[in-house]
Amino acid sequence: MKILVIEDDREAAEYLQKAFSEAGHTVHLAGDGDSGFAFAESGDYDVLVVDRMLPRRDGLSVISGLRAKSVATPVLILSALGEVDDRVTGLRAGGDDYLTKPYAFTELLARVEALDRRSSPREQETVHKVGDLELDRLSHSVRRAGRDIILQPREFRLLEYLMRHAGQVVTRTMLLENVWDYHFDPQTNVIDVHVSRLRGKIEKGFDGPLLHTVRGAGYILKAS
Amino acid sequence: MALPAIMRTTAARLSALYVVLFSVCALILVLYMTSMSERMLTAQTQSTINEEMASLGRAYQRGGLPTLVRLVSIRSRQPGANLYLIADRNGDILAGNVQNLNPSILGNEGWTEVPFAYQSFAENGEAAQQTAADTTSPRDAIALVLRLPNSMTVMVGRDLGEPKRFRTVVQRALMVSLGTMVLAAFLIWLVVGRRALRRIDELSGASRRIIGGDLAQRLPVAGTGDEFDRLSESLNAMIVRIAQLNEGLKQVSDNIAHDLKTPLTRLRNRAEAALADDASPEARREALESTIQGSEQLIRTFNSILMISRLEAGQTTVEPFVPVDLAASVLDVIDLYEPAAEEAGVTLSSAVEAAVSVSGNRELIGQALANLIDNAIKYSRAGEDRKAEVSVSVRKQGEDVVIEVADNGPGIPDAIDRERAKERFVRLDKSRSLPGSGLGLSIARAVMLFHGGRLDLQANNPGLRAAMVFPHPKEAA
Repeated sequence: MKILVIEDDREAAEYLQKAFSEAGHTVHLAGDGDSGFAFAESGDYDVLVVDRMLPRRDGLSVISGLRAKSVATPVLILSALGEVDDRVTGLRAGGDDYLTKPYAFTELLARVEALDRRSSPREQETVHKVGDLELDRLSHSVRRAGRDIILQPREFRLLEYLMRHAGQVVTRTMLLENVWDYHFDPQTNVIDVHVSRLRGKIEKGFDGPLLHTVRGAGYILKAS
Repeated sequence: MALPAIMRTTAARLSALYVVLFSVCALILVLYMTSMSERMLTAQTQSTINEEMASLGRAYQRGGLPTLVRLVSIRSRQPGANLYLIADRNGDILAGNVQNLNPSILGNEGWTEVPFAYQSFAENGEAAQQTAADTTSPRDAIALVLRLPNSMTVMVGRDLGEPKRFRTVVQRALMVSLGTMVLAAFLIWLVVGRRALRRIDELSGASRRIIGGDLAQRLPVAGTGDEFDRLSESLNAMIVRIAQLNEGLKQVSDNIAHDLKTPLTRLRNRAEAALADDASPEARREALESTIQGSEQLIRTFNSILMISRLEAGQTTVEPFVPVDLAASVLDVIDLYEPAAEEAGVTLSSAVEAAVSVSGNRELIGQALANLIDNAIKYSRAGEDRKAEVSVSVRKQGEDVVIEVADNGPGIPDAIDRERAKERFVRLDKSRSLPGSGLGLSIARAVMLFHGGRLDLQANNPGLRAAMVFPHPKEAA
């Protein structure tokens, strides 16, 4: 994946470059809003990671400028501002996701990978398939190895999100945001319990695990 | 206290000004009064003399010189008599009670306006003895002199001793009263000035000690209810408030010191352990992972503190409040916590009596509710011989809408503790052993205050009932 990181803090930018490279991605760096805008406009990037406070040109202005020029590259905003309304203004300016500093790199990586354009066609699919597990969005049915699995509505949405991002790490906060539409930190292991319930329903009595726990990061749904 | 210091006080300056102004006014008044009365006395004297002269004239016309002389002799002998004199053309005195008169006075006919010196002449011995002092010293008088057709001279006069004495008395009274007044003013000024200065000194002394950090200090209140007392009372109330805020701040910083330093120390210890030479690769990995977890917990705590302060300061410019369906919010959060509750052996139930919307922020309300449910699940687990239960209800209570989270755990029996539990970082002793930051209730309270509502904690017997109270919700359906 080709990522452009627009971040004025050199140390943070270089850390991101190194970490993304280790995860197998190509990273370009821009140190201010103007050059970031120029790179993003001309280069063919899969995801932009934009710091909100930048010298010369504010991060939000870079994003809205790009959107005005019909550059549709997905954008993840990094910000030290973590208020509810900060997130809302960020997303309104054209950002696709919002992450508050300080963040765990695993969280950033998972979110950036989830934004990858190449995975977006899955949004339109009505049937998701992972291994022998099948989810039909229209009939609201789940089958594995030809057997129906009964899920609660919330479990269905959880599985749907996981399947849409099959093969990608999905963090607990991403699940809370996308399945429950809350952005706060659940203090306890509420998400884990939901996931382990779901895991019980889709794995018990079937061959092979599908829903794996990634230590220190979250979960990944993939056929082994 | 030195005088110049007193002079610098407002009270002393004011009283000095008063003394000066009052003295000037009194002086003018007294001068005016004495001159008026003196003029009046003189006019009266002159008219008496005129009348006297007229009656002498009538006696002369009636009986000639002998009658005149006899009349003058009689009148001269009456007590408190006027001055009478009849002299022949050579200036020798024929009758009267005046002697040693300056001859030039008789030479000028008409009024002798300028007082002149004379000596009274007593015709009987008794009177002479009584007025012995008078006969020896010259006295002031005014007189009317009239020349008779036979070149003899008649004079009627009046001693000026009385008006003069009057003037002296008035002058002396004036001097004495002015002196007394100045002295009294000076004394009053000294007392008032000293008193004002002393109280201001006390006030500023106490203020300096308070500035020095001694917030237990209070400004002195004399109990007289005067301006100084009122000022002291207001300032004392202010100091109490400052002390409260200060105490809160101190508690928060103590708590921050404890609640952040402890995990930081733990982090550092883990990192050191991971660096130790004999650590196995697995142990290092584990140490590093727990270090990351620990720092994430710290970041969470920081974010919570920031959130509370911003909410409390009202500095959050959250999107204009939108209608939030409380019933839906409750069901959402219950849905989120239900599996965790079940795993903890807690029955989580809900009773939504009213479908109500309030104007607010769904995210914040959700977080506050999540904190309360999280707490309830955590503590209801501690129930002993009964099933752990948490029930969440939404209901209308008069004008208010209430979301109530009730558990049947040990609760917080003491009302003061219940209030304290809402403070930042406050973890009541019993809960210290359970995980948590001590910020959950503070966040819930801050969210409720931000929405113009409140967080009530009540005993559930057994357990705790935490109520999010939204007053007067706008029906925004």
